[in-house]
Amino acid sequence: MIIELLSWIALVSGGLLGIIGGIGIHRFPDFFTRLHAAGITDTLCAALILVGLGLQSGISLVSFKLALVFIFLWFTSPTASHALANAALHGGLRPQLDENKDASPS
Amino acid sequence: MMFTAAALAILITMGLALLRALLGPTIYDRILAINMFGTKTVLLIAVFAFLSGRTDILDIALVYALINFIGVVAVLKLVEQGNFYTSGEEVEQEVKAEE
Repeated sequence: MIIELLSWIALVSGGLLGIIGGIGIHRFPDFFTRLHAAGITDTLCAALILVGLGLQSGISLVSFKLALVFIFLWFTSPTASHALANAALHGGLRPQLDENKDASPS
Repeated sequence: MMFTAAALAILITMGLALLRALLGPTIYDRILAINMFGTKTVLLIAVFAFLSGRTDILDIALVYALINFIGVVAVLKLVEQGNFYTSGEEVEQEVKAEE
């Protein structure tokens, strides 16, 4: 019963964080702020949903596989975000700053 | 029931990410959105495995997580250098020579 409740909380809050991230990549003004929204929700949304699923399966091969997926996402999603920011900087995109806001519209 | 709710939330997020990939003003926005879409696909496969009761499907989620990462890095390299056959150092030297 308690596990069921915890699982509900983890799955629903993970899904909500995902939707918030989805709204974030539409509302933020430039690429680097969108990267922030996507990067942060990638981590916690995935973690909460996988923990919610893991609570349902108990300790077994299934939860081991879930842990593997979790570890891969945990390492690859910040790396991909870093590579994206690096490539965007290298490709000539600059963060939109407050001081030159009038000069360069989004 | 709880898996259906999670799957719905993930599907909404995937829709929003796809919309950003279609709208995205720069190519990097599109890659960012596709990266997010891929991560959410991994989660959707994991939730679907529980939804259908066939937990073997989790292996596919595992493979998809790896393919997604390698795919995003490969596309970034292609966008940054314009090809797959030069290494990063050569391009930087060319940029310095041009400067």
